[in-house]
Amino acid sequence: MDTMRDRFAPVVSRLLDEDPRVAVVLAEIGKDGFAEAIRRHPERVINVGIREQLLVGAAAGLALTGLRPVVHTFASFLVERPFEQVKLDLGHQDTGAVLVSAAASFDWPAGGFTHMAPGDVALLDTLDGWTVHVPGHPDEAETLLRRAVAAGNDKVYVRLSVQANRQGRAVGGEHFLTVREGRSGVVVAVGPVLDAVLAATEGLDVTVLYATTVRPFDTAGLRRATRAAGTDVVLVEPYLAGTSTAAVSEALADVPHRVLGLGVGRRELRRYGTIEEHVAAHGLDARSLRERIGGFVGAGRAPGWA
Amino acid sequence: MTITADDSRTQGYEDLPRLMGLMTGDEKHGPAATSTLDALWVLYDRVLRVTPERREDPARDRFLLSKGHGPMAYYAVLAAKGFVPVEWLPGFGAYDSPLGHHPDRVLVPGAEIGSGSLGHGLPIAVGTALGLRARGLDTPGVWVLIGDAELDEGSNHEAIAFAGPAGLDRLHTVVIDNSSASHARPGGIAARFEAAGWSAATVDGRDHEALYAAFTAPHPGRPHVVVARVEPKNA
Repeated sequence: MDTMRDRFAPVVSRLLDEDPRVAVVLAEIGKDGFAEAIRRHPERVINVGIREQLLVGAAAGLALTGLRPVVHTFASFLVERPFEQVKLDLGHQDTGAVLVSAAASFDWPAGGFTHMAPGDVALLDTLDGWTVHVPGHPDEAETLLRRAVAAGNDKVYVRLSVQANRQGRAVGGEHFLTVREGRSGVVVAVGPVLDAVLAATEGLDVTVLYATTVRPFDTAGLRRATRAAGTDVVLVEPYLAGTSTAAVSEALADVPHRVLGLGVGRRELRRYGTIEEHVAAHGLDARSLRERIGGFVGAGRAPGWA
Repeated sequence: MTITADDSRTQGYEDLPRLMGLMTGDEKHGPAATSTLDALWVLYDRVLRVTPERREDPARDRFLLSKGHGPMAYYAVLAAKGFVPVEWLPGFGAYDSPLGHHPDRVLVPGAEIGSGSLGHGLPIAVGTALGLRARGLDTPGVWVLIGDAELDEGSNHEAIAFAGPAGLDRLHTVVIDNSSASHARPGGIAARFEAAGWSAATVDGRDHEALYAAFTAPHPGRPHVVVARVEPKNA
C-alpha cells in the first residue's frame, strides 16, 4: 500500500493546477515530490532551504497577500521548532495556512527522538482556532488534504503518518464515525490506531467511534454515543497520551464520567528499532490495548458505578 | 472599526512631536523614542505608495514595522497621514485603545503586521514579496523596519540568506542602527546583507535627503537594505 505522504505531493500538485491561490512552502524535506510542480508553478512552489522559522513566517506573508499556503515538513520542524511563528505569524496576525506534517510520533524509530514530535497536537491545543485532521488511511488523507486547502483562510493541521489502517473509511472532516456499537463504554480511536482498537475490543460490549478530525472535537457525536454506551470513555490517540482528555471532560462536564487517555508515553524511550516495537513499547498493540481497555470498562461496571 | 474623519489640516513633520506628546504626555522625546521617526516620516511622506483610502488595495506598497517596541513614532506618523485618528493617541496603552505598546494589525488601520516579539517581520516580508510576485503584482514594494539589536534574532538571518539568492528585488529592509546590540562589530550590519547578495546603503538616519536617496536608489535584481544610523541608545 502507498503511504499518506505518497499521496501528498500528487494531490497538492493537482490543487496547484486547479486553484491559483494555492502555494506550497517547503524547507528541503519533501521537495522531490514537487519537482514537476516547481517546473509548472515556479512562483507558487517555494523551497526556503533548511530554515523553519522562515518556512512559517514566509507562509504567513503569502497568506497576507491572499494566497493559501500549504506548508510541509516533519512535525518536529513544523510545529515544535518554529512554534512561536505558528502562534504569532499565523494566529496573532489573524491569518491562516495548512500545515502538513509527516513522521510525528514514531514513524522513523531508527531516527531517534530528534525526529519525533508526539506532543504536536497537545502543543496546538494551547492555541485558538486550529482544525486538526489525523487521517488513518491514504484515501482519508487525500480527502482531508483537499478539505483543508479548501477551508478558506483557516488554520489547519494535517498529520500524515506511515502507520495506517487496512481500509479507508468515508470520513467527512468533521464528525466521528460509529464503527461498532455496544453498551459498556465508548472507545474513541484516532486515525491510524483504529485497526488495533477494533482487534483489541473484539467481543467487548463497547461502542467504537473513529475520529479523523480531533479539533474541533466532535462533542455532540461523543455525547450521542454515551446515551446507549454509558460514560466510560477510552481515548486511543496516536500522539501524546491524554491529549484529548480535557476535550472529553468538557463534552461530558454535566454528567458523571470516567476517562482513560491512551497514547504515546511522555517518557523518552531512547530506543531505535521498528514501528512495531515502538507501538508495543507504548502499549498501543492490540493485546496491550485489550488489557487496558477491558480493565477500565470492566471496572466501570463494578457495583457502585451503575 | 469605524474611522472618524480627522481634521482636514495636513499634518507635517513639525507636528510629530505634538502627536507623540499625546501618547507620552511630553513633547520632548529622547533619541530612543524617536530613533525611527525620520526614516518613518520620509517613507510615508515621500516613498510609500499607500494612503488610508488604498490600505486594502492589493497593489499598495507594504510597510511592516518589525521593531514593535516604542511605536509612538509609528502611531504619530500614521496619525499625521490620516490612517489613525488623532483622537486615538491619548488612549495609548489603555484597555480599550487600539494602540498598544506593541502594534496589532487587527486593531490599527494601516498596520500591515502585529509586532513586538523581535525577528518576525523580515520573514513575513519575504513571504509577502513572494506572494505579490506569485500574484503577478510586480510593482508594489515591500518594506520592513527592524532595529540593529533585533538582528540578533536568528530568524532574520534565515530571511536575509534566502532573499538575496532568491532575487527578491521588491523587498527593502530599513535597519535603524542606534548601537543597541550588545555584541556587534563596526560595519557588520551592511556586510551581512551584502554577503547574502543584497544591495546596501548606510546613511545618517536623521538626514531626510540622504534617507530619501538611499530609499530610492536602484537595485535591479537584488533586495535592498538601508542602514540608518542614529544616536547611540546608551550614549
